[in-house]
Amino acid sequence: MSVLSDILVSDKHHSEAVSHSPKAYSNPYVTGVALGLVLLAAFVLVGRGLGASGAVSSAVATVVSSVAPEHAKANSFYSSYLGGGTFGLFKDWLVLEVLGVMVGGFLSGILAHRIKRTVEKGPRISVRNRLFFAFIGGGLMGFGAKLARGCTSGQALTGGALLNLGSWAFMMMVFAGAYATAYFVRRLWI
Amino acid sequence: MNFPLFKFGFFGDEVSLVLAFVIGIGFGFALERAGFGNARLLAAQFYFTDMRVLKVMFSAIVTAMFGVYFFGLFGILDISLIYTTDTFMLPQVIGGLILGIGFVIGGYCPGTSAVSLATGRIDGLVYFIGVAAGVFVFGELFPLIENFFVSGSMGNVSLPGYFNLSYGFVVFAVAIMALGAFIAAEWGEKKMAKKAEGK
Repeated sequence: MSVLSDILVSDKHHSEAVSHSPKAYSNPYVTGVALGLVLLAAFVLVGRGLGASGAVSSAVATVVSSVAPEHAKANSFYSSYLGGGTFGLFKDWLVLEVLGVMVGGFLSGILAHRIKRTVEKGPRISVRNRLFFAFIGGGLMGFGAKLARGCTSGQALTGGALLNLGSWAFMMMVFAGAYATAYFVRRLWI
Repeated sequence: MNFPLFKFGFFGDEVSLVLAFVIGIGFGFALERAGFGNARLLAAQFYFTDMRVLKVMFSAIVTAMFGVYFFGLFGILDISLIYTTDTFMLPQVIGGLILGIGFVIGGYCPGTSAVSLATGRIDGLVYFIGVAAGVFVFGELFPLIENFFVSGSMGNVSLPGYFNLSYGFVVFAVAIMALGAFIAAEWGEKKMAKKAEGK
């Protein structure tokens, strides 16, 4: 079962680099189990899972409400994130969780010497075009996540682990959409 | 039956917010370790050259799924108290499709773009702003799409409930499916590496 042994030691052959150059990324299976334990901690401690797009929704709703309060109040999407003014942005569970995500990502990056001001892109696309498509991709992601009631964190991971029917249908469609599009945008990446 | 602690009143809202931040740190740390602050590694999933997204995602799902299942079985966790969204089949299917397209065009999802921007990636920052713009467009169009958004409601339904299978059987089946996917991913990566060498 050489494939199974590959699963257990996958990435070991990415040799450890000299001290101040970026370290190789961790074994994906080990990291996945760690991520699963974080998710499990959220379940058993707080009774909810992880999320990300919900925090962006709260932020957007708060901004819209401060610019045009009546407009936000009349819109049931925004108002569902405003809680009738009884709680603020920094009393929102997902907002604090996402702030934690940024801090945790930064800490891990520092420890592994991976903090770098750069643009991740394929070799055949300009920085300007890459940033343009990053914005477009993010926009589709934000719209799709709201339609689906959650993103990769809230639906795929959380709902996936809880065996939620809609989350599994959603997850299959995410992979379907991405694989169906991959060929047409290959110049962005390869 | 004492878990989830928050739902049994062991602590209040303020502690739950502190926990949100701490859990977020763990989440972000794991995502960065996995290489998910890097759009090229995430996108590689869709060109079969590096199947990290699948490996990390399904390892995490299976781990948390087993935890919830066994804690429930031992009677220490009340699963019904864990928040999960109701199923609205068509909006979730269409939303998933749009989101998947956005994933491969932009290279991140919202959580991974947060890690990406925190580690200095400009594309991650622009992506994150894009997500906010997408949410804003959704919000502005909401009065027009609200009927679709609430269509196909099926209530809070799980795979075992929908397919009339036992919880334990579905847990076992998902774990086996994940293992099969891991073996296929290792095989596929090797195949792609050979192909790249041959060029």
